[in-house]
Amino acid sequence: MIQSFLEWLGSTHWSVTLVESYYVWPLVESTHVVTLALFVGTAIMMDLRLIGIAFPGVPASSFIDRLLPWTRVGFGVMVASGLLLFYSSPLRYYNNLFFRIKFAMLLIGGLNIWLFHSRIHKSIQTWDDALTPPRAARLAGIFSIALWTGVVFSGRLVAYNWFECDIQPQPEWVNWAAGCQVEEVAP
Amino acid sequence: MPPESWIVFFEWCEATALGTAVRNSMYAFPLIEATHLVALCVMGGALIMVDLRLLGVGMTDQEAGKLARLVRPWLVGAIVVMLSTGVLLFLSEAIKCFYNTSFWVKMMTLPMALTFTFIVRDRQIMNGVPSRMRGRMLGSTSLVLWFVVAAAGRWIGYS
Repeated sequence: MIQSFLEWLGSTHWSVTLVESYYVWPLVESTHVVTLALFVGTAIMMDLRLIGIAFPGVPASSFIDRLLPWTRVGFGVMVASGLLLFYSSPLRYYNNLFFRIKFAMLLIGGLNIWLFHSRIHKSIQTWDDALTPPRAARLAGIFSIALWTGVVFSGRLVAYNWFECDIQPQPEWVNWAAGCQVEEVAP
Repeated sequence: MPPESWIVFFEWCEATALGTAVRNSMYAFPLIEATHLVALCVMGGALIMVDLRLLGVGMTDQEAGKLARLVRPWLVGAIVVMLSTGVLLFLSEAIKCFYNTSFWVKMMTLPMALTFTFIVRDRQIMNGVPSRMRGRMLGSTSLVLWFVVAAAGRWIGYS
């Protein structure tokens, strides 16, 4: 069902126009890449402070209250440009192993943020000025950097066709993980 | 565009052992590219947090000079990774770069951006608090210069 919906989505007028456009598609992708500096960049600065290896003398709340709104702006641009890129070739990304890995890491990254704000952030008054924040905050920072690094890596590798469904044979686990619909070959 | 005679140097670059090794490997170029991007994030974050502060937004409870001083090791570290991965990518496709307008835009603006950041912006803000007007000029110039470097860098791949 998802397959046929995405097939239809990719055949719509604007999807075809976008993927075939000479300038618009590269512009959307460039926006997606350059905005990394704003989104992941400011997130990493905050993570370094949470881990306790940078910015001694700058309270953690300075990052969370004043820099994080800009991280959110970056995230909005990333999502908007990312959705457009997905819309340009839905089925291709849906069946792309790196895209799926990226999506999974995005979800875990979101969970990490939610856990941080719903638990650790609540007690910030007690550790705001501490050079080394509590263990849970440091872990959140480490997970965040690891996950965003993974997202950037797998995002970049989406463009390479090492595990493309169209290029068979692929190892069984690849076909399974990428959701490739491979025609059974008679034994 | 540079004089055609420079092509000899670019051909030499492409023939180096490093350039050849990256070009002949299926995985090297994409992985170096991805590392280049992660370093872009660290470098961009380190620049943007100071530039936003200079524009009068972001971490306004801190002095810009203090932020610039504290972020300096991360900025320099990220730039070192950017340059070394960038050189590797370049060596693997030097001749393509020679005929690529985006590459030359990047090579012109990158030294400008580096000079501006370390010799103009950081020197001024580390030696005292700049006026509001001057801060805005420094922050916006930095953002524009680095934006062109990053966008031109991405655009090398489209031609």
